[in-house]
Amino acid sequence: MSLQIQNISKYYGANLVLDAVSLDIEPGEFIALLGPSGSGKTTLLRTIAGLQFAEGGTLSFDGEDITGLDARERRFGMVFQNYALFEHMSVAQNVAFGLKMRERSARPSAKDISRRVVELLDMAQIGHLAERFPSQLSGGQRQRVALTRALAIEPRLLLLDEPFSALDTRVRKDLRFSLRSLQQKVGVGAILVTHDQEEAFELADRIAVMADGKIEQFDTPANLIKKPSSPFVAEFLEGAGGYNQSGAGI
Amino acid sequence: MTHLDAAPPRTFLSPFRLKRHVMPGFSLTLGTSLLFVCLIILLPLSGLFWQMSQLGLADYWRIISSERTLASFRVTISAAAFATLFNAVFGLLLAYVLVRYKFPGKRLLDALVDLPFALPTAVAGIALVALYDKNGWMGTLLSAVGLKVAYTWWGIVLAMMFTSVPFGVRTVQPVLESLKPDAEEAARTLGARDWQVFRHIVFPQVWPSFITGASLAFARSLGEFGAVIFIAGNMPFKTEIASLLIMIRLEEYDYPAASAIAGTILLIALFVLVAANIAQSRATRHLHKGSS
Repeated sequence: MSLQIQNISKYYGANLVLDAVSLDIEPGEFIALLGPSGSGKTTLLRTIAGLQFAEGGTLSFDGEDITGLDARERRFGMVFQNYALFEHMSVAQNVAFGLKMRERSARPSAKDISRRVVELLDMAQIGHLAERFPSQLSGGQRQRVALTRALAIEPRLLLLDEPFSALDTRVRKDLRFSLRSLQQKVGVGAILVTHDQEEAFELADRIAVMADGKIEQFDTPANLIKKPSSPFVAEFLEGAGGYNQSGAGI
Repeated sequence: MTHLDAAPPRTFLSPFRLKRHVMPGFSLTLGTSLLFVCLIILLPLSGLFWQMSQLGLADYWRIISSERTLASFRVTISAAAFATLFNAVFGLLLAYVLVRYKFPGKRLLDALVDLPFALPTAVAGIALVALYDKNGWMGTLLSAVGLKVAYTWWGIVLAMMFTSVPFGVRTVQPVLESLKPDAEEAARTLGARDWQVFRHIVFPQVWPSFITGASLAFARSLGEFGAVIFIAGNMPFKTEIASLLIMIRLEEYDYPAASAIAGTILLIALFVLVAANIAQSRATRHLHKGSS
């Protein structure tokens, strides 16, 4: 289950927001797209999701060309920045949504769907919230629901758009850990968009540092610190370097 | 600690000041609006009901249950219901198109929606007749396929539809505009088709205002006079609407009968509006469950 991004370019009017971006993502890998705001990371994620389409370049998944494929056919689970929960549905209905929308031939029976929903909610440790509505939940709970809903469709890839930005610091650290463990338990690859270096360094196997619609460097956290490929990367990661080195006792 | 535990000093408030309102100017604004409602809405209506109360219950029943009155109710209500159904669906579609898409002439189309409000309804009625009469543009076309609109029940429906178009559009339009696109995008990433997104995500949010728009359109259609009488043919028992029958009774100086019919139509409209209001607030409560 690997994703190849090749020379993706995207314009907003005359502005080039993605400049021939290429990335190869290995199966099960956790990738972070890290960069300042306006660097094109969210646009890249939305292009991968099929919510926007690029003017140039190709996307392929497991060798299949998905460049022009509609979002609903990609089966990539997405967690939105503000979670985009369906406010008029209970937590359980939110999670069941993706299964209920399947074509009749591929749709599990109502009983199977509700069993599956219970399993998923328990796995995310929010089983007790099943009958609540989104407006009755805290920020952290909403994030868990959004993640569970995305996992319910047995996604081929998990796309996370700044999923922690709306949470306070303490909740953020708890949820980071549980996100990572859920992702590993399910064994699905994930792409995280973030502007928070600490988050990227703690979660990701590899980090793509983005600026001005280009990928400055794509490497493991350790290598980014050791061998920044440009002054921008070095400067941008200055804080994160300190964070990483503190573990090494320097 | 001790000074905090001490009972707050007792103050004696006049009974009218017991509940403090957070917003200032409550009594002034409420008083003015009540006066306005009384003068503009309740006073004319109470005149109607005073006139109606001159009738005994038996007389009232005799007027209402007469063949001709019942037939006019049947014609009016069925045509209004059909026009409402059509306008609610068509209005939602038009509002959706106006909100979601960009196309040349969009602003013009948006402005056209209000035209039925601006046009004197009698003018609309005459225009419709000119168009749908057997010599009119549409009339000749339709008679070629064997359809007759002018001077039939369908003519009434058409006139009612024309005058109540804005309700169906203008009530749902602001709600559609306020919808955030991310829930729909989320639904798409979860595998929903376009119509599923509409059915499960968009429509439930529009539903309360959809009910409001439909009920307003229905109430408006029940009382429509000017546009309808020109195209209806006005045959008693067939194409005679209730408001025309009221007019006829008035011309016969039979004020009690006129007021009985008018009052009944008014009660039906009121019932529909209240029922819609209840349904609407229930739907809204369901939509925002838990958020108080």
